Amino acid sequence: MGSYIIRRLLWIPITVIAVSILVFLMVRFIPGNIVDLIIAQSSQGNVDVVADRLAVMHAFGLDVPVYVQYVHWVGNLVLHGSLGISMWDNTNITSDIMQSLPVTMELGIMAILVGIIISIPIGVYSAIRQDTIPDYILRSFAVILISIPAFWIGTMIMIYPAIWWGWSPPMQLIPFAKDPLGNLGQFILPAVVLGAGLTGSSMRMTRTMVLEVLRQDYTRTAWAKGLSERVIVTRHVMRNALIPVITIIGMQLPMIIGGSVIIEDIFSLPGIGRLMIEALSQRNYPMVSGINLILATFVIIINLVVDLTYGFLDPRIHYQ
Amino acid sequence: MDSNGGTARPSKKLENKRHGLLYDLFRRLIVEKPLGAFGLLIVIILLLTGIFANFIAPFGMNEMHLSAFLHPPSSTYWLGTDQMGRDILSRLIYGARVSMIIGIVATILSEAIAILIGIPSAFIGGKYDMIVQRFVDVWMSMPPFIVLMTVMSIIGSGMFQLIIVIGITAGIGHSRVIRSAVMGIKSNMYIQASDAIGCGPIRTMIRHILPNVMAVIIISFTLGVGGAILQEASLSFLGFGVPPGVPSWGSMLSNEGRQFMEIYPALAFWPGACLTIVVYGINMFGDSVRDLLDPRLRGGVGRYNLKKKNVQKIKEKLVNV
Repeated sequence: MGSYIIRRLLWIPITVIAVSILVFLMVRFIPGNIVDLIIAQSSQGNVDVVADRLAVMHAFGLDVPVYVQYVHWVGNLVLHGSLGISMWDNTNITSDIMQSLPVTMELGIMAILVGIIISIPIGVYSAIRQDTIPDYILRSFAVILISIPAFWIGTMIMIYPAIWWGWSPPMQLIPFAKDPLGNLGQFILPAVVLGAGLTGSSMRMTRTMVLEVLRQDYTRTAWAKGLSERVIVTRHVMRNALIPVITIIGMQLPMIIGGSVIIEDIFSLPGIGRLMIEALSQRNYPMVSGINLILATFVIIINLVVDLTYGFLDPRIHYQ
Repeated sequence: MDSNGGTARPSKKLENKRHGLLYDLFRRLIVEKPLGAFGLLIVIILLLTGIFANFIAPFGMNEMHLSAFLHPPSSTYWLGTDQMGRDILSRLIYGARVSMIIGIVATILSEAIAILIGIPSAFIGGKYDMIVQRFVDVWMSMPPFIVLMTVMSIIGSGMFQLIIVIGITAGIGHSRVIRSAVMGIKSNMYIQASDAIGCGPIRTMIRHILPNVMAVIIISFTLGVGGAILQEASLSFLGFGVPPGVPSWGSMLSNEGRQFMEIYPALAFWPGACLTIVVYGINMFGDSVRDLLDPRLRGGVGRYNLKKKNVQKIKEKLVNV
C-alpha cells in the first residue's frame, strides 16, 4: 500500500507539468491579441501603434518565442510562487485567484454535502422498496434531476420568486466572517441548484449498489439471524454499498467545477468561475492559464485522495 | 394419438419466429419498459422536428415582425414573440434542429474517438496502454467545461467548431468505458482462437472485439447525446457556443430570457423546458437500452420469463383440450 501511494504521488508532478504545457499552449493561440486591446483602450487615437505595440509586448514578455515564455512562466511560478501579473489591470493573479477560490470552494462543498444528504437516504430507500410505486417515482425524479439544466433552474429561481413574491437573492457577497447565517443563506440556493445533477446520479448509483448488496449471501445470513431491517441496512448494507458511491462523487468533481461557472454567473457570486469568464472575454492569457492550472491540480489531488480513501475503506482492495 | 391422427405437435405459435434483432429489441422495449418507450417517443419527436424544421415552423428563424414586440401567446404567434418580434415557437423548432445536429454528430465523433483510443489501448496492453492512459488521465483532470470554454474562445464560435470540441472532450472520457469493456472480454477463448489461426491484431480488433463491445458503445452513445446537448446549451448560455444568429435553446435563455425576465419571463421558460424534456427522454431511453442490452443480463431475466409464460399457457391449453 505504501509503495502505491508513493507511485501515485510521483505521478502527480508529471501530470501537472503535462497539464501546464497543455494549458499554456491552448491559451497562447487565442486570436484577438490582448496587446491590441490594451493599446486601443489606453491611447486615444494618435499613437504610434507599432512602437507602442512593441513596448507593451516587451513589458508582458510576449516578444520571445513560445517555449521561452513557458519557461519564464514556470520559473516564475516555482521560484516566486506567483502566476504573474494580470495583463488587464496589473493586479497580482495569484491574489485574485486566492480571493475567489474560497467562494467557489464553499459553493462546491455545500453542493456536495446537499447532494449526499439528499441522495443517499433516498437511494437506499428506493432500493429496499424496489419496484414499488415510491421507487418508480423516486427514480423518475432522479432522472429529471439529471436532465434539468442547472442554468435553467437557476434562472427560474432568479425570475419567478421576484415576480411572485418580490424576493431576489442578494447581489453582493455576504462574507462568512461578518454574517455566517446570511452567508449560508446566500449560498444554499446556488448550492442546491449546483448539486442537483450530482444528487440525481448519486441517487441512482446508491440504489444500484444497495440492490447488489441486498442480493449478497451475507445479507441473507443477517436476515436468517433475525436482525431487524433497520439494523441490516445501517450496519451491513450501507457500509458495503457506499464505497463506490464515494468514487462516483469524486468523479463528479470536474462537473461541479464546470457547473459552478454557470451558477456563479447567474447568482453573481464572485468565485473562480466568474473570474474565468471575465479572463476569457478579456483575452487575459496569464489569468486563464493560471486558473486552468489551479483547477486541474485540484482535481488531480482530489482524485488521488478519493482513490486512497477507497482503498482504505474497502479491505478487499490491495494495491501492490 | 389425438383426433388429428398425428402425434401431438406444438402449434405454430410456439416455434420461435425468426425476428431480426432490432425488432426483438423494440418489442422488449415497449413491453417491458414503458418509460423507455416514452423516452424513445420524445427522441423521435425531436428528430422529426429537427429534420423537418423548415416545414413545421410557421415563421423563419430570424424573421422579425416589427409590429409585435414581446407579445403574449396569440393565434398567430402560438408562444408569443421576443423583443425583436421573432416568433418564439419557430425559434424553438429551429433550436431543436441545432441541438439535434450537435448532439448526434458530436456524439458520433466522440464514440469514434473513444473506439480508436480505447480498443487498441486495451487490446495491445503493456507500455502502450500505460502511456495512452496517462494522456487520458491528464486530459480528464481538467474540468471538461472549463476546457470547452477556453477552446471555444480560442477558435471562435460556430457549429462546426462546437461539434469538434464537444466530440473530442467527450470522446476521450468515453474511451475509458470502452477500454474497460474490452479488458473484460480480452481473456475470452475466441480472441485466443483468432490469434491462433493467424489473425493480425487489426483484424481481431475489428472483427472480433468490436462487435462484442457494441452493446457498451450503443449505451455510451445514447447517454452521450444527452450530455452533448446539455453542454452545447451551457456553452451557448455563456456566449461561447453557437454564433449570435443561430437560435439555440441555451442562447435563447441567456439573451432574451435574462434580459427581459421581469417583463416576459416565458422567454426564459420555454427553451429550458424543451431542454429538460428532450434530455429526460434521451436519458430514459438510454437507461432502458442499457437495461436491455447490458451484457450481464444477457440470456437472463426478461426474455426467459416471456418464453416461460408462453410455454405455460400452451401447456394449459393442451391439458384442457
